[in-house]
Amino acid sequence: MDKDFAVRRRRDLIIAAALAAIAALTPLFVKDVVVQNILILTLMYAGLSQSWNILSGYCGQISLGHALYFGLGAYTTELLFTKFGVLPWFGMLAGGVVSALIAMGLGYPFFRLRGHYFVIATIVIAEIGLLLFHNWEWAGAAMGITIPIRGDSWLKFQFLRTKLPYFYFALALCCLAWFVTWWLENSKWGFWWRAVKDNPEAAESLGVDVFNSKMGAAAVSAFLVAVGGSFYAQFVSYIDPESVMGFQFSLLMALPAVLGGIGTLWGPVLGAAILIPLTELTRFKFGGSGRGVDLIVYGTLIVLISLALPRGLLSLFSRPKKTGAAR
Amino acid sequence: MSALLETRGVWQRFGGLVANSDVSISVGRGEIVGLIGPNGAGKSTLFNLIAGVLPPTQGSILFDGEAVTKLPAAERCRRGIGRTFQVVKSFETMTVIDNVIVGALVRTTVMREARRKAHEVLEFTGLAARAHVLASDLVPAEKRRLEVARALATEPKLLLLDEVLTGLTPTEAQTGVALVRKVRDAGITVLMVEHVMEIVMPLVDRAIVLDLGKVLVEGKPADVVRDPKVIKAYLGDRHAVGA
Amino acid sequence: MGLLYGLIAVGLALIFGLMDVTNFAHGEFLMIAMYLSFFLFAFFAIDPLLSAPLVAAALFIFGAVVYLLLVRFAMRAKANAGMVQIFTTFGLAIVMRGLAQYFFTPDYRSIPQSWLGGKTISVGGIFLPEPQLVGALVSIAAFAGLYFFIHRTDFGRAIEATREDPGAVALVGIDKNRVFAFGWGLGAALVGLAGAIMAVFFYIYPDVGASFALIAYVTVALGGFGSVFGAFAGGIIVGLVEAVTALVLPPSLKSVGIYSVYLLVVFIRPRGLFGSM
Repeated sequence: MDKDFAVRRRRDLIIAAALAAIAALTPLFVKDVVVQNILILTLMYAGLSQSWNILSGYCGQISLGHALYFGLGAYTTELLFTKFGVLPWFGMLAGGVVSALIAMGLGYPFFRLRGHYFVIATIVIAEIGLLLFHNWEWAGAAMGITIPIRGDSWLKFQFLRTKLPYFYFALALCCLAWFVTWWLENSKWGFWWRAVKDNPEAAESLGVDVFNSKMGAAAVSAFLVAVGGSFYAQFVSYIDPESVMGFQFSLLMALPAVLGGIGTLWGPVLGAAILIPLTELTRFKFGGSGRGVDLIVYGTLIVLISLALPRGLLSLFSRPKKTGAAR
Repeated sequence: MSALLETRGVWQRFGGLVANSDVSISVGRGEIVGLIGPNGAGKSTLFNLIAGVLPPTQGSILFDGEAVTKLPAAERCRRGIGRTFQVVKSFETMTVIDNVIVGALVRTTVMREARRKAHEVLEFTGLAARAHVLASDLVPAEKRRLEVARALATEPKLLLLDEVLTGLTPTEAQTGVALVRKVRDAGITVLMVEHVMEIVMPLVDRAIVLDLGKVLVEGKPADVVRDPKVIKAYLGDRHAVGA
Repeated sequence: MGLLYGLIAVGLALIFGLMDVTNFAHGEFLMIAMYLSFFLFAFFAIDPLLSAPLVAAALFIFGAVVYLLLVRFAMRAKANAGMVQIFTTFGLAIVMRGLAQYFFTPDYRSIPQSWLGGKTISVGGIFLPEPQLVGALVSIAAFAGLYFFIHRTDFGRAIEATREDPGAVALVGIDKNRVFAFGWGLGAALVGLAGAIMAVFFYIYPDVGASFALIAYVTVALGGFGSVFGAFAGGIIVGLVEAVTALVLPPSLKSVGIYSVYLLVVFIRPRGLFGSM
């Protein structure tokens, strides 16, 4: 039985490596800029959703306020860059650390809340962040920050003529988030998180430090999401509060994981691979009319998937669990 | 040698309601002690005070010679108090082995070691064949067993069992009784709360009867069941042991 | 204003609290009500005040239909029930927004001249805008009616009983789906009422619901889930806090006050002010 388990973990790793390799080669065949753009966004949201999944999927603390960390990552990087000339690579790290610290600071009061009260608190705190940035003159307020263009440079992580470096970074981010999840899944933290999600009281009786489990999940999750935010800021080279801290980012991080399979290793990647191209394509095809057809298609899809597959798309692939087959 | 567990003058009040008043009990090393009493006698409250779900209003609790009165449940688990829940609290979305691994991780952070320990415990409790089934797919008796397995994986010195034998079929109860003996033979002290006297009396070395929040009688099971005070306390209760 | 929030919130509280189901499309219900009110005015010149009962009735049917066609199935989900409900109703919200854009265009609309619009009334030397005042009165009346309904009639008690123990309720011959469909209808009707009044003094556009939905959630949670009275009290508090923040902070920050008060309240009382769940 133990061998099964080791085999499964190795198999996951091999599949991931193969997928990453295939993904890395796609730019050789895909030259269309629009498609490349969609691929970059898909990879980014896969990574973000994977990070969201750590706190909300594994540890069960449903957050609809992760836009806060996304925005903090973006703003920390760009403020450091435009005001102090700190290179985006360091800004990215700083953004991650700032977000992780804020996530833990918020954890103190937040993790006492349960269910809907917790979810609403996460939405509300992200909205407060959004409004504060809206009114913060030094950070550009509603006007936001335009990142000065200095030409293609790895040092400053900005590229005008090609999107490839962004593509590879998004791929790396996605792989990192996946690998962190894979690694933590079979660690004390992974087990603690799932125990906390399923039954905090029982977890406590087995010596699990419930509060610190949540804190750890929040910190890892926020750090990775903030790195994603930094990347996005460099990618679009202009940020304002709505475009990096809006509620839609919180949803776009949650949706792939939920549709793919919440609290699973592959759910976020699968969900993002289907959802993001679909979102972008419907927007591309119908969005121009301004008549909301993209929204109708998108919304209908969400309703259908959530009703038909409550465990997510991934449940289509796994053997029925009722039989008690080995995982 | 001092007692493994001792409560000294423990009181618990909920608003105006007194659930435990001046309860002093002790459990010696290697014993199986039964904590019994009619409904509302304060058994569950005392059990929760010992497990660390809430601190007593007054009094102190000593474990292994040290005061644990104010320690949280997780810390008590680390010190060597394992417990089960009256209403089973399995980790439903996790497999049986994963449930047990959570317990094993208190003593080691090496996954390989925790997994080995979990297999050993499943073997011990007779759940090995069900290792890779989701906890939510177990039948009730198996869930009870899983709770015991999970607690054993934390390598407790004292195992607190909360009505693990209640509601089982006679055959299941017999297997349960055998498991409790096996646990004691492995050197673990057992304190078990039961409502139904017939089941526990043949199993325990010593019985403590609670009534109205106080210790009514304690002693050898044979003496306890014959005690008029106990009979009176249980009188009218359909599980009463006739004199 | 606070009383109107209260009215929106009570509708939500009914769906959310009493039935323990999340409705993320609540803001879109409001949007539909405002459009209805607008079109009744534009095509038939019916003043929003008169059409309010019509709008409420229409929304009642809409709410019940949404329950029967969608939510009923979402509540049946065996796994991740909470998430399924959130995303089903959220998907519905997106579809409704899309449909509104498709049929009504994204343009901003408003009701130019109504009986109440822009008028003020002087009460003891203080000038109060009439629409808000009427809104407040309607809200109080609706709240009183609802309170009476929930606590004094058999059907109200049936809703509550059904949430607590659907199985037992089925045994005494109450059809759970009928009760819940009625509850959804009622919740939607209340929002319809609020929407009809708000149509008088707010711009109407496809996304209008989103801005009120979050405040409605905060209002319900502030009052505590499962409590209709809490939602109403929450509405009043939110209205007051908004008025006070408007005095000390720039208008763009006015919601920060409401949000902060919510956080403060749940940190002290994790179940809201009057919550039971």
